[in-house]
Amino acid sequence: MTYRVLYFASLRDAAGCDAEQVSAAVTDARELYAQLRRKHSFTLNAARLRIAINGEFAAWERPLTDGDEIAFLPPVSGG
Amino acid sequence: MFRLSEVALDPSVLSRALANASAGACVTFEGWVRDNNAGRGVRRLDYQAYAPLAESEGQRILAEARRQFAIVDIRCVHRVGALAIGELAVWVGVSAAHRDAAFAACRYVIDEVKKRVPIWKNEHYADGESGWLHPDNTPVASEQIARGTPAGEA
Repeated sequence: MTYRVLYFASLRDAAGCDAEQVSAAVTDARELYAQLRRKHSFTLNAARLRIAINGEFAAWERPLTDGDEIAFLPPVSGG
Repeated sequence: MFRLSEVALDPSVLSRALANASAGACVTFEGWVRDNNAGRGVRRLDYQAYAPLAESEGQRILAEARRQFAIVDIRCVHRVGALAIGELAVWVGVSAAHRDAAFAACRYVIDEVKKRVPIWKNEHYADGESGWLHPDNTPVASEQIARGTPAGEA
């Protein structure tokens, strides 16, 4: 599977990029995040994140589909 | 209408758009960049957004307010990019026939925007450190920045 992954805020700083193409043999968002967390040494637990798939909030349980755009969203701090 | 803005906001211009002959009340909220947070001096802020989702979630919040409160018009604009102390970071404006609905809707929108819209604040402190704020209001990225990982200072 190939995914496009978007990063924001502290995850963007840790990854050193705002987006990347990721090839991974997983369809589970938690497993994908675990792999990326190891790769980039993210400090945030998955439990603190929401995800969006193709521009909409999604449940962590939703299976990923080849080509999906996935955003791992740290807790927000607008306002 | 909810939107993000990369340029400075003029609250008097924003308020005028709410004018309506059936409205007897107008409530606006301005969120300003202040020079301190949690006891630390703040020099400036950066706001970063996931723009498409921020706009769709912002529109959803405004639609909820329209359903819940008897209002005439409601708008919200949130800045992104680099902001100086004292700048207007977020603006909410509501017009309604009566004040109760206008106050309640304004409060609802700013509270929900802060909770739900994917926008993040990076505080640059007087001591030279910086960090992204995440919901318990503690900066998360300062250790990475301190180690020299590319950050928002580019």
